[in-house]
Amino acid sequence: MALKGNLRDFSVTQLFNLINLARKTGSLTLVGYNRRAQVCFKEGRLVHASFNGQEDGLIGMLERSGKISREQSRVVRARCATDADKEVGLLLINAGYVTQDDIVQSVRSHTLDVVYLLFTWADGSFLFEPNKLPSEGAITVPIRLENVIMEGTRRVKEYETLQAELPDLDMALKFAERPDARIKDINLTVEEWRIISFINPRNTIRQIAKANSLSDFKIRRIVYGLLSAGLVELVMPEVPRKVAPEDEVASAPPPVKRSLILRLIDKVRRM
Amino acid sequence: MQTVKIVIAGPFNAGKTQFIGSISEIEVVSTEQKITDGSRVVKGETTVAMDFGRITVDDDLVLYLFGTPGQKRFDFMWDILAEGMLGFVVLVDSARPETFREATMILDRFRRYSGAPYVIAANKQDVEDAWPPEDLRIALRAPSGTKVLPCVATDRQSVKDVLLELLYSVLDKPSKE
Repeated sequence: MALKGNLRDFSVTQLFNLINLARKTGSLTLVGYNRRAQVCFKEGRLVHASFNGQEDGLIGMLERSGKISREQSRVVRARCATDADKEVGLLLINAGYVTQDDIVQSVRSHTLDVVYLLFTWADGSFLFEPNKLPSEGAITVPIRLENVIMEGTRRVKEYETLQAELPDLDMALKFAERPDARIKDINLTVEEWRIISFINPRNTIRQIAKANSLSDFKIRRIVYGLLSAGLVELVMPEVPRKVAPEDEVASAPPPVKRSLILRLIDKVRRM
Repeated sequence: MQTVKIVIAGPFNAGKTQFIGSISEIEVVSTEQKITDGSRVVKGETTVAMDFGRITVDDDLVLYLFGTPGQKRFDFMWDILAEGMLGFVVLVDSARPETFREATMILDRFRRYSGAPYVIAANKQDVEDAWPPEDLRIALRAPSGTKVLPCVATDRQSVKDVLLELLYSVLDKPSKE
């Protein structure tokens, strides 16, 4: 008999706890917030998680975790005749792009990202189907649930705080213009530097997140850090608020208008 | 407001920080000030300090200057920096030929990942042992037609000249109006 219900009545934390204690094997499908997630367990351990619509597989996971570059990702997709993650993984290892450890870390990181987001869901349907496991070609990484549950609970609190501090992702950012502002001794992570290069009042936070394949939680966390450090400020976006395709995010407009270059030349000459 | 990006690349200690600092309207992070190697580990994630400068053109346009981290193990940052850039400068310490090979590698990599225009700046031309730009062109195996420019990164006019040459190259590239 399948377990099913609504998260309003039985939270994700409680579900995971049940699966852990009962050492269940099977697949938990959650539907909510216009998304559908599938989380798989084997003998009470988390082994796989994904959102429907996130079909970029192992290559996407490796690119997001920085193990392969965007260019390598394109090359591999063009050359791979298969979608099965296990086969793709072997190809990548044999080509020397990544190691087995890189793959395990990336899959683990992706799985945890999905699951930690699910902990924030307060509403939605769930259905647990016993003995249903990921497809043969999927790469599974067993993860103990106790630590996941603890971290998930901590993140819910952090998420609620970040939600309160940054409720609106359709705001934009600009660099702080304080007279005493000095960008000195700034050590930022790779993701933070990436966000920095997208900052301008025409890009909403949501657009920046989408362009960088970052979850709401991650982008809130990064932006909150930059706001707290006084590096950036929230501003109204300079274009109408609508979610644009990621290739419209204006980090630099190719091809470049001649008039723009002439303005740059004029400015540098006058400096 | 629109933002555009120019990347200043080059081996460690080629003068990238000084180059950006000579022209930026904001104070620049100096990687040379780091006690160790310009990186820290914060909460399990490696962070890296980079050179970052800004030139505000007008109310609608800002130019950001990004300096690549010189240390080789931060190579992965180059791909990120190369995304969407207007063009790049490869800055070379003309007085240290032991860095020329690395400069060539950096040049090849950026050219591979981006079709953006670039110039090579032969920095430290005020140093006695500096190689002249034309000799540097040969040493770097730069394609004919590539601009190899004399540069003294501590001299603002010199830095302006390099940036202007890069912008002229961008202008020469087919673009939309």
